[in-house]
Parts: sequence; C-alpha cells; structure tokens
Amino acid sequence: MNTPQERKFALLEAVDLEVHYGGIAAVKGVSFAVEEGEMVCLIGANGAGKTSTLKALARMIPSRGEIRYKTERLDRLPSHALIKMGLALVPEGRGIFARLTVAENLAMGAYHRSDKAGIAADLEHVYGLLPRLKERAEQLAGTLSGGEQQMLAIGRALMGRPKLLLLDEPSMGLAPLMVEKVFEVIRAVAAEGVTIFLVEQNARLALHTCSRGYVMESGKITLADSSARLLADPRVRAAYLGE
Amino acid sequence: MKRQTLGLAIVALALLALPLVLTQIGTAWVRIANLAILFIFLSLGLNIVVGMAGLLDLGYVAFYAVGAYTWALLASPHFDLHLPFWVILPLGALFACIAGAVLGAPTLRLRGDYLAIVTLGFGEIVRIFMNNLSAPFNITNGPKGITRIDGMRIGDFNFTQTDTLLGIAFTGPAKYYYLLLLLLLGVIVVNLRLQNSRIGRAWVAIREDEIAAKAVGINTRNVKLLAFAMGASFGGIAGGMFAAMQGFVSPESFVLNESIMILAMIVLGGMGNVWGVIAGALLLSFVPEFLRYSVEPLQRAVFGRMLIDPEVLRMLLFGIALVLTMRFRPAGLWPEKRHQREMSQALEGTGA
Repeated sequence: MNTPQERKFALLEAVDLEVHYGGIAAVKGVSFAVEEGEMVCLIGANGAGKTSTLKALARMIPSRGEIRYKTERLDRLPSHALIKMGLALVPEGRGIFARLTVAENLAMGAYHRSDKAGIAADLEHVYGLLPRLKERAEQLAGTLSGGEQQMLAIGRALMGRPKLLLLDEPSMGLAPLMVEKVFEVIRAVAAEGVTIFLVEQNARLALHTCSRGYVMESGKITLADSSARLLADPRVRAAYLGE
Repeated sequence: MKRQTLGLAIVALALLALPLVLTQIGTAWVRIANLAILFIFLSLGLNIVVGMAGLLDLGYVAFYAVGAYTWALLASPHFDLHLPFWVILPLGALFACIAGAVLGAPTLRLRGDYLAIVTLGFGEIVRIFMNNLSAPFNITNGPKGITRIDGMRIGDFNFTQTDTLLGIAFTGPAKYYYLLLLLLLGVIVVNLRLQNSRIGRAWVAIREDEIAAKAVGINTRNVKLLAFAMGASFGGIAGGMFAAMQGFVSPESFVLNESIMILAMIVLGGMGNVWGVIAGALLLSFVPEFLRYSVEPLQRAVFGRMLIDPEVLRMLLFGIALVLTMRFRPAGLWPEKRHQREMSQALEGTGA
C-alpha cells in the first residue's frame, strides 16, 4: 500500500490543474511533475495556457486541481507564503520595482528573511553571478535595459534563496544576444542545485537548456518527453521549431 | 552640523512666535494657521494611501468626517455626553481606522481608476449618511449639524478661553495652535519612520508591481488594509481636532471638494515625500486665504470697484497653478528622492 511515508514525492507536482477565466477554460486539466535538481520546460504557442499554468502554480490566480510542493498542498496556500517554502517566481514581463534602485530591488527579494549575515552573503553571491547588477546597484531599476531587468528579476528571486525557480518567458522581448546571456545565467543557477521550471515560447532554446519538456496546446499537455526526443519529434519540429 | 542646529532652532522659534504675530494681524489668521496644520495631518494620512501604497483614494474626507462626528457626538449637548479628550480623540482615530478597513476590504482587487470611483462613492455615502441620520432616530441632526461642541480641555486647562502668561495674552486659537504643533511633530515623526520601515517598503513594492510584491512574500491583502487603516486614522485625529476647534460640524464640511483639495496638496507638493506633502498642504491652505483677503481691496484700489468675485478668481488661480506645476514639475514641487533621480536619469539617458 502507498502510505504517505513510503511514497516518493516529486519536488513539484500538479494533478488535473485547471484555470478558468470567467466561463473560459485556459488550462484544462494538466498533470506534470518536476523532480529535485531537474530543469524542466513547458513550451507551446501564444495562448496555449503556459503562463496561466505558471501563475496558478505561484498561486497568483485561482485554480482547481492539486498542486503539491514536496508533501505540502500549495493550492491551499496564499501566494506570499511560497517564498518561505523555497519557491520563487520570476514573473512574466520581468515585474521589477521600477522606481526602486537595483540594490533595493534585491533587498526586497529577501523581504521574508531576517538573517542579516545570510542576506549579505547572498547579495555578494548574486552580484558575483550578475556583475552588471553590481555596477548599477544605485541606479533605478526602471532605467535598466530589458535584459538587465530580466537579470535583476532573477537576482531578486535568488535573494529569497529558493530551491525551485519558476521562470515565466524570460526571453520575451529581448534581443537574441541578451536572450543567450539570460539563459547562461539560468544554467548557472541550475548548476548550483536550484531546480528550474521554465515556461518559454522559444521552444528550441528551452529544449536545448532543459533536460525534459512538456508541450502545451489549447490548455492541455499533448506531449511529454526528454528534450532530445522532443527536438527530434516531427510534430514538435513542424509546430515549434519552424522546420 | 552646527549650522543645521542653528537653522532648526530658528525654524522652531519662528513657529512658536507665529501665533503671537498673527494675533496682531487678526485672530482669523491664527485660525487659518490651525486649519493649515489640520490639512497637513490630512495630506500626510492620504500620502500613506496614495503616495506610498499607490492606491488612489478620492473619498479620504470621509475619515475626517468620522473623526469629527465622533468628537461632536461624544462631547456636545446633542446626546448630553461630555467625554474627555483622551477618550474621544483615540476613539475617533479608531472609528476612522475601522472605516478605512471597511473601505479597504471590498476594494482590495481594484486599482487606479476603478478604485478611485469606488472610494469617491464611499466618501459621498458617508456624507449622505451624516446628512440623513436624523430620522427615525436623530443621531447626526442631519444637515443642521451639531452645535455647541465641547472644546479641548486638559484638566482645568481650557483651550477656548484666553489666558495670560508672563504678560502675554494667549487666545483660544493660539493655544490650539501650540497643541496642534505638538501633535504635528508626532505625526511627522511617525510618517518619517514609516517611510523607511519594512512596512513602508512593502507599500512601495505594492505600488510598483503587485505580482512581484506577492512573489517576494508580501501579504498584499494585509499590507493594503494597513495602508487604508493607518491613513484613515490620521484623518480621524484631524477630524476630532476640527470639531473641537470649530465647535460646530455639519455634513457640508465634508464634501468631495475637500477630498480633491487634499489630493491636490500631495500631488502639488510631491507625492511620497513627507516634506513635499507638508509644503503642498501649507501652500494650498495659505495662498487661497491670502487671495481671499487681498483680491477685493486690490480690485477696489485699481479699478475702483469689484470686477471679479474673489471666490471665482481663487479657483481660477488655483487651477492655473496646478496646471503649471504639472507641466513644469510633474513630480511635485518637492518630489520624493527617487522621483528626482528618475527624472535626472531619464535626462542623462536622452543626452547620452
């Protein structure tokens, strides 16, 4: 028998997740799991329900179905409780505090923490990972370039010392060179042992970065496989890789 | 450092001497100074909601009304209650605080224009309640208002009579002035502390981006409610003092225009910055009064008769001043530091 003690829990698991906006279903019962230390992506076209799925995971919008983080039921928690459990969101469109400085933005990332020494160490660590932020520490975040703002959003999430990072379309609106840099940072964060769940429209980049992927179409997950096999799949190649 | 202390001492002395000088010109001016201080209270309270938390509230005067009516009902012959100030003033703040939470709770998901409309409606509802709660039970005495309200009294020290100290006569309004100055000092200290506190940073985060604020662990619901409640409590204290000073309250004192005026004070002065807000409140309290007393004699002297009604001219000049400020100093006369930085950085950006 599967008692809770014996069962092996994934780091993050969604079962029959549904999101409705008024009468319209944006996410129609999706299930997926992310194991600790993995890099997993959710790809799909515009309007497929990717961002709604991620927002539901982060408890920013109401949803039906079960969301589990280790053994805890996330679907019963408010959004602000998640960071304390080690789950950080990098929102769509960066979502930085434009009229605060870079340093103040990073400090806000540690809002829920009170261990001053730990926060200072993490700040040094983030500055080491993202040296541009250190150069611009006293600048207002709203005056940064798009790529720098994305870096700042990631840096701010790291200040919460997360175990799991949820990234919503980090490549959106960025120049190709900047996209490459942002993804280098994401890989570096993963290399430090942070689990990554990435929602991305740029399927090729996402699949080349992550080891596994889910493909979402009109609110449902239609394919789930390793990145290598998805990259080789003729349906994925035709629909998302432009081949 | 020494110069700073000297400057501070001069300002303090000037503030202390002000009512004595104003009394020479006319006691009316001391009353105007007192009202100006009340408007500073109100602007600082609204600044918490609008300036820091970024929640546009157009019904703020409702909390002023709650404070004023609390005092009026509990310290007047109307119900024949005469409770001491240390009961009613905190009670007025508490009721305003509760009213703030009552307004805040259903509007938590609203922002910008939608929130503005709901708060505007709330302000009007409170005023209309005051206007109509005279039947079947006479609670507020309707549009006639409540008269013969007790003044401030601390022990045997009565704020409504003139006292002579060291050969100087201190009139009632002058005594209120010193009391309000003392209260103001407290209010400013609280606001400055709030600006740099954890909760102050949470308010600013909500103003900037609500989703990001939630993501970093801010309980946006509680923090917004707190902004409404704290902002409202300042309004409640100001209202209580208003009732005590005037001795008379009626719904007419709490119209939409007052809410707009308070909002204009913080926008003109510099949203988010305590000193800017104070400057805005002083400017918009004194300049119209000054015009009221100068426009008529000036017109008579120049044209020999009245051409424009001072009241009309006052609003015209007020409107022009607001338009010019927004055109040339969009962040206010004395903006929050980060506003200033933003402007200068934007300019540098275009230059580079």
